[in-house]
Amino acid sequence: MSATTASVWTKPQQQANWLVRLFDWKPFLAFACLLPAAGLLLVFLTYPLGLGIWLAFTDTTIGRSGYWVGLENFQYLLEDPLWWNAVFYSVFYTGIATIGKFALGLWLALLLNNHLPFKSLLRAIILLPWIVPTVLSAIAFWWIYDPQFSIISFLLVDKLGILDNYIDFLGSAWPARFSLIAANIWRGIPFVAISLLAGLQTISPSLYEAALLDGSTGWQRFRYITFPMLMPILAIVMTFSIIFTFTDFQLVYAITRGGPVNSTHLLATLAFQRGIPGGQLGEGAAIAVSMIPFLVFATLFSYFGLARRKWQQGEGND
Amino acid sequence: MASVEIRNVRKAFGPVQVLHGVNVDIADGEFVVLVGPSGCGKSTLLRMLAGLENITSGEIAIGPRVVNNVPPKDRDIAMVFQNYALYPHMTVFDNMAFSMKLAKAPKEVMEQEVGRAAKILGLEALLQRYPRQLSGGQRQRVAMGRAIVRNPQVFLFDEPLSNLDAKLRVQMRAEIKELHQRLRVTTVYVTHDQIEAMTMADKIVVMNGGHVEQVGPPLELYDRPANLFVAGFIGSPAMNLVKGGPAEGGFQAEGGAVLPLPQSLRGEAGIYGIRPEHIQLREDGIPATVVLVEPTGSETQVVARIGQTPLTCAFRERVTARPGETIRIMPEMGLVHLFESGSGRRLAA
Repeated sequence: MSATTASVWTKPQQQANWLVRLFDWKPFLAFACLLPAAGLLLVFLTYPLGLGIWLAFTDTTIGRSGYWVGLENFQYLLEDPLWWNAVFYSVFYTGIATIGKFALGLWLALLLNNHLPFKSLLRAIILLPWIVPTVLSAIAFWWIYDPQFSIISFLLVDKLGILDNYIDFLGSAWPARFSLIAANIWRGIPFVAISLLAGLQTISPSLYEAALLDGSTGWQRFRYITFPMLMPILAIVMTFSIIFTFTDFQLVYAITRGGPVNSTHLLATLAFQRGIPGGQLGEGAAIAVSMIPFLVFATLFSYFGLARRKWQQGEGND
Repeated sequence: MASVEIRNVRKAFGPVQVLHGVNVDIADGEFVVLVGPSGCGKSTLLRMLAGLENITSGEIAIGPRVVNNVPPKDRDIAMVFQNYALYPHMTVFDNMAFSMKLAKAPKEVMEQEVGRAAKILGLEALLQRYPRQLSGGQRQRVAMGRAIVRNPQVFLFDEPLSNLDAKLRVQMRAEIKELHQRLRVTTVYVTHDQIEAMTMADKIVVMNGGHVEQVGPPLELYDRPANLFVAGFIGSPAMNLVKGGPAEGGFQAEGGAVLPLPQSLRGEAGIYGIRPEHIQLREDGIPATVVLVEPTGSETQVVARIGQTPLTCAFRERVTARPGETIRIMPEMGLVHLFESGSGRRLAA
């Protein structure tokens, strides 16, 4: 009889090939994983931005590569009433639309935060204006603001008899400005409402109960609990909203194209008008670049003014 | 300060009946603990007392006034929540002064009142901190401070210690009790922890499934539990409950063992109850096989089997027996309980 010996199995030592070893090397792996995202950013963000800033300092027109002219384009803009007009309307548009969006959006969020029947369906419906492509809703507004076929005029004049004449929404400067702001508010409310609703839902209900026992009224609960606790998310949403509104292009271009008589030009639409149909690429780029300081200021304001709260940080008092 | 009367109170959430006619009388200055397993309705009852839930039927009176339709802020109560519900964006001072701020009290009054409460609780150094910067025990104290500042008729505590670690829980337990002895404000305290209930209460209300099972002082509940539920719930480790019937000379357990029973209870069928700490080691005891030995230092918990019936015992003396060995044990005759098997009611000896 032969003794059986248990054979010991050992894992064969394999020399990994060079490709495996390369991908096991952390720096290369990090580089390989970052490459697609970095490539997209470089091609579609950094290059156009760099090109835009470069163009702003040249006198390039369509069909002729330009020469470096330094700050000449900007000096010209400072004397251009149309640019000043666009600056004014961009700030006005952003200011009024932001106030409107946040007042109505917050109100809507507070309503949706209550127990309502068909809550999730309602929330989905609320998002609709935001989901619809901007140009599509712009065309709808174009109809709503049409001098002859406006449904608003139809209701006010023909149905209710409140007014005698049809409203000329887009025919003169101020009505056109406010009409565009109204359309922008309508489009922006869902984003604000849904974001703030998410913020509201993070507030513990027991805080409201504690405040109820402390003797607060509904307004006091909003003023001392809801609002301060919503502040951080409000600041972030507001920063985004201001950036999107200030750089708005589609709505204005689709409804008024900057008219009547250039009264509703935003900086973005004016830049496009000058650069592409007007052919003055350098000047158009300069207008676009002139938006940057406004945006930086708005971002810094929201960030430092509203977002940083000591009670969130949990750091020492000193 | 005020007494509290809860008269035949019922609560239903839609078709689900949560409280089925609860009656509790709380005397002025008393410390009452509502205790029971999760879902027994104790927190709901407390929230109804606070005015955070409406009362489906019945009456709740604080002092002479029926408060069924009085809003929470006018009930003159203060509540400490399980998660403390401190306002995270306010300092400790502002948290404690919030009720006075809402009432537009002058600043000196606010400082004086908050200072008084902070002194009671040892919070003076923390008044300018935010809740985020406090430890669990400190937050707990701030929540109590917020209640004290309001000088309420009744304090309500909703499982205030369940978020603390074991050691801190024991410490805060003592602090709350001491605070009550100092302020003598009527207190209603909800917990699922029977040890908290036993150590703190003047009077315990044991609840189960929306019913009150028994009301009484802690030791009364321990010595004379009204029924099987209270017997099993109060006391740790829990009372041994053994099914069986009458036998010659005692009680015939289902596993075959015969356990001693006082003369007056002999001949009754039902459930035999004996607390672990009421079983002694005796030379002339019943032989039992050791299953498990758990020394805790101050006492030794032993699970031993008489026949097929396992009994948990807690001995003051140290037991050196190992699992599988035989020890001799004897229930203390006078401390045996017998419960009716159907209703679970305790049969008086």
